[in-house]
Amino acid sequence: METLYFLQHYWWAVVSLLGALLVFLLFVQGGQTLLFGTATDEEDRKALISAFGHKWEITFTTLVTFGGAAFASFPLFYSTSFGGAYWLWILILLLFVLQAVSYEFRNKVSNLLGRKTYDMFLYLNGLFGTILLGVAVGTLFSGGAYALDRMNITDTAAATVSYWTNDTMGLEAITDPFNLLLGIVLFWLARILGLLYVINQYSGCAERSDLIYRCKVQLKVYPVAFVLAFVLFLAVLFLKTGYEVDPSTGYISAVKYKYFLNMTELVWPLVLLLAGVAAVLAGLAGAMFGKPSGWLSRNSFYVTGAGAVLAVWPILICAAFNNTAYFPSTASLQDSLTLYNSSSSEFTLKVMAYVSLAVPFVLAYIIMVWRKMGRSVPSKGVKA
Amino acid sequence: MYFGWDKVSKKFHLASTWLTAIGANLSAVWILIANAWMQYPVGMEFNPESARNEMVDFAEVVFSPVAMNKLFHTATSAFMLASVVVIGISCWYLLKERNREYAVKSMKVAAVFGLVSALLLAYSGDGSAYNVAKHQPMKLAAMEGLYNGGNGAPLVGFALLDPDKKMGDGEDPYLFSISVPKALSFLATRDFNGFVPGIEDIINGGYTYTDADGVEKVAIPFEQKRAKGLMAIEALKEYNRAANTGNDSLKMQAAAALEENFSYFGYGYLESAEDSVPPVALTFYAFRVMVILGGYFILFFIVILYMLKKGCFAAAGKRIKWFLYLAVASVPLVYICSQSGWIVAEVGRQPWTIQDLLPVQAAVSGVSASNVYTTVVIFFVLFTVLLVAELKIMFNQIKKGFENIK
Repeated sequence: METLYFLQHYWWAVVSLLGALLVFLLFVQGGQTLLFGTATDEEDRKALISAFGHKWEITFTTLVTFGGAAFASFPLFYSTSFGGAYWLWILILLLFVLQAVSYEFRNKVSNLLGRKTYDMFLYLNGLFGTILLGVAVGTLFSGGAYALDRMNITDTAAATVSYWTNDTMGLEAITDPFNLLLGIVLFWLARILGLLYVINQYSGCAERSDLIYRCKVQLKVYPVAFVLAFVLFLAVLFLKTGYEVDPSTGYISAVKYKYFLNMTELVWPLVLLLAGVAAVLAGLAGAMFGKPSGWLSRNSFYVTGAGAVLAVWPILICAAFNNTAYFPSTASLQDSLTLYNSSSSEFTLKVMAYVSLAVPFVLAYIIMVWRKMGRSVPSKGVKA
Repeated sequence: MYFGWDKVSKKFHLASTWLTAIGANLSAVWILIANAWMQYPVGMEFNPESARNEMVDFAEVVFSPVAMNKLFHTATSAFMLASVVVIGISCWYLLKERNREYAVKSMKVAAVFGLVSALLLAYSGDGSAYNVAKHQPMKLAAMEGLYNGGNGAPLVGFALLDPDKKMGDGEDPYLFSISVPKALSFLATRDFNGFVPGIEDIINGGYTYTDADGVEKVAIPFEQKRAKGLMAIEALKEYNRAANTGNDSLKMQAAAALEENFSYFGYGYLESAEDSVPPVALTFYAFRVMVILGGYFILFFIVILYMLKKGCFAAAGKRIKWFLYLAVASVPLVYICSQSGWIVAEVGRQPWTIQDLLPVQAAVSGVSASNVYTTVVIFFVLFTVLLVAELKIMFNQIKKGFENIK
């Protein structure tokens, strides 16, 4: 197999895995949306901040790594999407800036804006951060209104290689029903994982029994809504027309049910997807119906989270594998980005691949630290 | 580190502090290597098929002399900045006559660390100027306000630039200057009589210089660089046409023409010689601010070490109050020093995103000026609010001092 071909697929698989891990880690964002409505007093909010405050940096760094790896291995996607869907990415950036400073400043004296304002920032990040990330990922399937020509670099008056063809610069992606559906699915999943995490952290803790109760009440509703929305998303995705590239000529053509065909032709993504869905359903069932002392009930957060990773990874894989244009252009189809026309050079991908060998060690370190942090101290001078 | 002081064991706390410091410096490594590559692009070849530069030598990128020097200089500037901040806060405690023991102990460590950093900064700064002279002569000329160079060029210690100075008018660029004879030639070429080109020399060409490979060459004028840049751009167009029509011999010819002229690729985008000149006044004054403050800080640390030896800080001394106020005032000064250095580096390299290969005008995204302006306003407002919040938090913690530490 050609080295460049392998490396392009290797890196898309790594980026997709990072994206899947990010989806799981967005439980922090989901948990932040519990600060208003679910938390009813300052003690509740302290408990939530204590729980999610230990983990927010893992989500943040995974988001940066996901984006960084995608852009370094597929730089034309970086320049096209960031320079084109500009306002979508700026909004995501601003929301995550608000998150970072809020955890740092929230509890400090003389923080200028007051604790409630920073909590509101966290809430906004939790709600809109997840929805907008979902919208951004949705554009991998629904596409973007860009055109590109590498030879523009020879036009000394207007040398920009890729450019957006409308003035809304990415804001229109938010109104695309498919993208919005994915954004809502992602938000509901994050919220569910956040609820499960709170229960995981504080179950058996008398001081937090009211908070746990309110989380469990929501777990009667959100999982149902999420499953229905996810099924709808999968149905729309599998019925969607995708775009296939001929690797020898680079010609791009529309193919009905392309993403469904990717799943069935490659097979292994479908196996992973089914396993992931089964794990998510098992985890949710354990949380909703299981005995509190049962293994599934006690570990529903991890089972559901693992299922989310297993389900999301193949969905992202199928955005690009099997000769699929992973960022179709709705303005100029033949300019659509594929693994073959947008990746870094073989040399660069190879160097990056050597560096990526360190990732399992980083992951192992994160797991070790996660386990060492253990459960939050529920009361007695909790300091977020 | 501070907020976890009493929450973990001393060993764990120390280990965490070292890991954080090492991690923070490691992250600076890669950003600085990327920046250094833009200033001195190496380790890559231009691929006409993909119309982009592609890395061919990772080690050459990482270990480029500009990258190594930039890393050294920037890291030590951060060390010096931290030292000044520690000393400033310590002197504030002495002014308030509290936490005296901690303040003096902190100053001892910071003064030594700061002096070593400041001296290394001077050393690496010299190396930085030497690199700039070799690889970015226009930046050096702007840093010095040098329009007409020569052999045995003087180093301007301080000067006022004539705001009416225009290129080619033959007027003195300085209203007033204090210079050290031959010092610029020595700094730039390691030869007191070496030739240092000025802005007009670089534009007009004709002087002899040694390139990165040690080969002596005659500098070509701007118009010739522009012509070569246009030839390179045209060759890329030809290559693309030949590739589309399957004409291999034309492809080879175009590839050869591209390679021959590639080192001036970026000049093809520039319209006039003035386009290749960075903002002289800003670069010139920022450089002087950086160097003068750098010199001040070397003296600053020496004086502190002397005063520590003499025990001046141990007793409540009213005679040294002026120095304590000066130390506090040095905190904003060190930030100004550090930022001035970045202004020299980044303004001085204009118009280049990638030196000689890609000017800023060809590198920008297709985002309208109004969108960019709106973003700048949003960021300015948001980050100003957050900066005020951070400063308030920090000042509050400084006022609290060591009261919680046993």
